[in-house]
Amino acid sequence: MQNKLNFIDILGQNPDSRRKEDPSSFEYTLPAEITNIYQLTTNEKLYQIQIIDPGQRNRFSFRPGQFVMLELPGIGEAPFSISSSPVRRGDLELCIRAVGNLTNFLARLERGARVGISGPFGTSFPLEKMQGQDILLIGGGLGIVPLRSPLLSVLENRSKYGRVDIMYGAKSPAELLFTYQYEEWRRFDINLGITVDRADTSWQGRTGLITELLQERISQATSLRENTYAIVCGPPVMFHFVCKMLTEAGLPMQKMFVSLERRMHCGRGKCCRCNIGSTYTCLDGPVFDYWSVMNLKEAI
Amino acid sequence: MIFKVFKKQELARLYELLAVNIIVGPVAKGNDRNGKPLFDFDVVYDFNDLALDYTQTVHSPKRFVLPYHETLSTFAVARDGWEKHVDLNVYRSLVFFGMHACDINALNKLDLVLAQSAYPNPYYMGKRKNLFIIGLDCTPEPQCFCRSMGTDSAIHGFDLFLTDLGGTYFAEILSATAFDLLNQINCKDPSAKDLRLYKQATSEKNKHYTASVETSDLTKILDLEFESPAWDDWGKKCLSCGTCANVCPTCYCYGVEEHVDLDLKHAGKTRSLHSCNLIDFAKVAGNHNFRPTSASRLKYRYYHKHRGFVEAFEESLCVGCGRCGSACLADITPPEVIASVRGRE
Ligand SMILES: Cc1cc2nc3c(=O)[nH]c(=O)nc-3n(C[C@H](O)[C@H](O)[C@H](O)COP(=O)(O)OP(=O)(O)OC[C@H]3O[C@@H](n4cnc5c(N)ncnc54)[C@H](O)[C@@H]3O)c2cc1C
Ligand code: SF4
Ligand code: SF4
Ligand code: FES
Repeated sequence: MQNKLNFIDILGQNPDSRRKEDPSSFEYTLPAEITNIYQLTTNEKLYQIQIIDPGQRNRFSFRPGQFVMLELPGIGEAPFSISSSPVRRGDLELCIRAVGNLTNFLARLERGARVGISGPFGTSFPLEKMQGQDILLIGGGLGIVPLRSPLLSVLENRSKYGRVDIMYGAKSPAELLFTYQYEEWRRFDINLGITVDRADTSWQGRTGLITELLQERISQATSLRENTYAIVCGPPVMFHFVCKMLTEAGLPMQKMFVSLERRMHCGRGKCCRCNIGSTYTCLDGPVFDYWSVMNLKEAI
Repeated sequence: MIFKVFKKQELARLYELLAVNIIVGPVAKGNDRNGKPLFDFDVVYDFNDLALDYTQTVHSPKRFVLPYHETLSTFAVARDGWEKHVDLNVYRSLVFFGMHACDINALNKLDLVLAQSAYPNPYYMGKRKNLFIIGLDCTPEPQCFCRSMGTDSAIHGFDLFLTDLGGTYFAEILSATAFDLLNQINCKDPSAKDLRLYKQATSEKNKHYTASVETSDLTKILDLEFESPAWDDWGKKCLSCGTCANVCPTCYCYGVEEHVDLDLKHAGKTRSLHSCNLIDFAKVAGNHNFRPTSASRLKYRYYHKHRGFVEAFEESLCVGCGRCGSACLADITPPEVIASVRGRE
């Protein structure tokens, strides 16, 4: 009997061996509050979310392109791109389309509701490297959401960047996001090109595919210069055509950035749901340069 | 490493010394339809229940460190907010009594991603760190290709490893705990004869390998053969049932579900092992599926194990136990799949 107990003690002697791992790095979510909700379109809302504890709020910093996992107890957890400026730290804006369990439940919540936030996770757009250079931001549909954070960052330091172009396409005028900000963006000397697939009677702007906007930009006298960076976000088909056009226009693949979407259940390289070959979208992405993904099977 | 030899009957004493912990070992579970005995790892309460001469267990002991279903957290929900509780579900030390080398190596591989990479998984690590492992040498079965995968012997990841030398066990001691434990039974240093018998046992074991996989340049060949028609042929046979992942000692992909209790005051979050062969594995919002066909999913399983994991961790995520092939209703085995993709050079 003495011996048996002894064995347990031996295990116990190593303080590590019986320690329960600190779960803070894994299941810990920061309690946060929805402070404001704006209905952007019928399906998308912009949620302003504030981390409740002031200390945690201040410590929470992120880089444009990163995402958070948002959790509603009993409902689910899913990844969302941070759509606000990194200057705002623990005061986040998430633009979310109601598509499933979690997002539809979220759409029914009101101001003051509690959510759990973990992160930030993933890679970001290399905004420092982009300084002094021209920037092309190309977004399709919900793809404008991850573009907004780097865009706001550029606007805050407008003088540090060269020419800035945004090309944004949506299915219909009613589905355009952030319409209320277009005028402000233009004031910062930004070339804003908007196109919709299908116009309605009120639509004064252009109709057509985003590739047509890009084609115009490429064929301009001030075509893509040596020092241009592109950021592309949108549905998989869009990546394919846009990146091909940019490559043909002479933009090196390592100066083109894409943000990929995959199913994610952990955001921490463990569940494998976001895995593409040897690459985890949650750890190695969601922001990749085009060189890294163009050879990745099934990536886009 | 320290080596000792002890008489076979001493093993029961070793068991008794460890029995204050939960002991998990191979037990006989019945026979298959051809009368062949079936074994599995389970909790053991009596030394005599251990089937130490087992061939291979149907499932690996994975579920004791990585349960098929596990509660990650619970929530207490109130009108004005909620509180989250996390329990790592580690209560007692476990002893794995009689693990074959491939299963030890499988745990070592799981460690690479679950314990040693960024964001270690604390649920896994808590269980893994409170584990005492006794390895046991085996006789290869027809489906075993562990030699091709370099996992036919275990170099680390156990406390004690036993090789049957007839009347005695040859013991490799890797941990201080195991050393102290062996001091409490009758054992001695190996003699020249023991060493000879040990080397004989090794070469005898090697004679039994029948299955093999050619792994040279496999990562590159898989890359080059991404569009190989062989995948479609296997895809036509595959039932997308996920049994292969279920029995595999190294498959760890999972999904998370949350639920609300009927009283609406409590909620919970559960992790369940998933399989990349199941249809919804890579489905994202808007019902877009990155791997809609059974061929693309089956291919992905091979790509993750033999290419992606190799690129990330310098070794394959397969230990060559052959369980997936034995359990597959469509008779899809890794040696055949890989040979067909390589073009049977
Ligand atoms: C890096 C990244 C950034 C994203 N940013 C945004 C954003 O800014 N705005 C936005 O509206 N959407 C974004 N998405 C997509 C968003 O995560 C999914 O649409 C969302 O998970 C759907 O959740 P649901 O519970 O409503 O859907 P359901 O289909 O009901 O999903 C059920 C469960 O499956 C999982 N799941 C389903 N689809 C996805 C998916 N595509 N990705 C990850 N997990 C999934 C979730 O864990 C969820 O709990 C992003 C996805 C990724 C990978
Ligand atoms: S390979 Fe076999 S076991 Fe695996 S999913 Fe296909 S049919 Fe099922
Ligand atoms: S893939 Fe098959 S052979 Fe390889 S470790 Fe898993 S079950 Fe064993
Ligand atoms: S989301 Fe789990 S591995 Fe990337």
